[in-house]
Amino acid sequence: MTRLALYRALLILAAVAVLEILCLTGAIDPLTMQPPHQMAIDLVRLLASGKMNRAILQTVGNAAIACALAVVIGIGFGVVVHRLSAVRDTLDLVFSTYYALPTLAFYPLFIILFGLGPVPQIIMGFLQGVVAVIVSTLDGLDRVPRVLKKLAAAQRMSPLETALKITLPAAAPYLLTGAKLAVAYSIIGVIAAEFLMSQTGIGYQISFAYNNFDNATMYPLILLLVVFSIAVNGTLFRWERRMLRQRGLRA
Amino acid sequence: MTPPVHVALSGVTKSFDTVGGGAPVHALGPIDLDLRAGEFFAVVGPSGCGKSTLFDLIAGLSTATTGSVMFEGRPIAGQVPEGVGVVFQEDSCLPWRTVRSNIELGLRHARISAEERKARVDRVLELMKLRDFATSHYPAQLSGGMRQRVCIARTLVMEPRLILLDEPFAALDQQTRLLMGEEVLRLWRVTGATVFLITHALDEAAMLADRIGVMSARPGRLLDIVETGWDRDRDSSVIEHEAFGAITARLWKLLRHETGKTAEVARVLLPA
Repeated sequence: MTRLALYRALLILAAVAVLEILCLTGAIDPLTMQPPHQMAIDLVRLLASGKMNRAILQTVGNAAIACALAVVIGIGFGVVVHRLSAVRDTLDLVFSTYYALPTLAFYPLFIILFGLGPVPQIIMGFLQGVVAVIVSTLDGLDRVPRVLKKLAAAQRMSPLETALKITLPAAAPYLLTGAKLAVAYSIIGVIAAEFLMSQTGIGYQISFAYNNFDNATMYPLILLLVVFSIAVNGTLFRWERRMLRQRGLRA
Repeated sequence: MTPPVHVALSGVTKSFDTVGGGAPVHALGPIDLDLRAGEFFAVVGPSGCGKSTLFDLIAGLSTATTGSVMFEGRPIAGQVPEGVGVVFQEDSCLPWRTVRSNIELGLRHARISAEERKARVDRVLELMKLRDFATSHYPAQLSGGMRQRVCIARTLVMEPRLILLDEPFAALDQQTRLLMGEEVLRLWRVTGATVFLITHALDEAAMLADRIGVMSARPGRLLDIVETGWDRDRDSSVIEHEAFGAITARLWKLLRHETGKTAEVARVLLPA
């Protein structure tokens, strides 16, 4: 373990320990929050019982679909827009103000259009993630060294081959940043949509537990989401670090 | 007997549009030049004279405003022709590919068997002394000189008939430049290709080339072509030859006034 990783782990442990002490000493009311060790025990119990399996699968599946669509469509759209400067100039304002739009407000509209199934939730997850991917893709393509574009021309590459073999791999660190954001935003979009109106999913179960003062279900599910998000982002982070090291951009 | 013409430039000029719609900038020409098959031709000139513009035109990376550029009797029209290999001044190694994978890039469309492909890459790795790094090293793990060797190897594996080098050793120290120059000479002899080298280093041009084109300040024109008269079987020891100093002195004599013009332009544009 590196020294930095050790500090990181110690910081998290310290935060959990403070929370544990506050809960155990009664500084935080048991009706408001359980101590972290109880959340962990309840999470294991919940997972072992299998009664949340459907909700977990639904949320993870929807978030995965939303994230995959955001990454694939976002990168594809970014590549096309990067070649069309007039289109890019037009859309730049949209991209820069996009996250000021309350996209969640459109959720009822998607329910009317697509019903109460998974589609509206996937759309919400997709809408949350896609623009981050587009912006990261444009940023990455802007930074591809000019000599690599000349190399593509010297190698007689078609525009598609240039994108697949030269510009996208060159922009990969930026694409990975977009992908990391897409993972987080897609999960947030899907959970938020489930929270608002849904028949199943982790978001729905958290909301249901909250309305019924069921802390023994609500907190373990929140913990599960936190652990899942950290695990996925941690994997992407390690991948990114390996890539940067391979390119001599990180010691 | 004079070898056949491999590349022919006739009345070539290049102008660039300016931002804001002002008058186009006349960057190059007119230039008339024939490159003979199998010769080593170098171009020297003051900074900003259009050497790289000339390079791009011959490579097919841009098109001439007027005039024609012919390669093996066919016009080069804004696309790099088959049979032309290009090495750039900047490091153009793909950092996400190993040394071997970088070199294989040049063969991705070659209609050859897997065995032939492997043999060609092995041959070039051997030729460029990169065999020990082929699969175990990425460009970031190599020195600047070795990365440039990878770029040259990637060009050579395509077995080009015309090799274009745009200041390929500009980022290297003087000793490495001399050694790389020797390697390029060796490759030139082995492959039999025509080599066109852009350089700002007069000694490099004098050591490597059969003929040296000297360009004027912008708009770049060919002021003169200096024949070095070296044997084909030469190496860096030509710098000890008394003719070497005379060639370098002649190049500087031709360039001194032109370089002064460039410096004068810079002084006017960028007053202290």
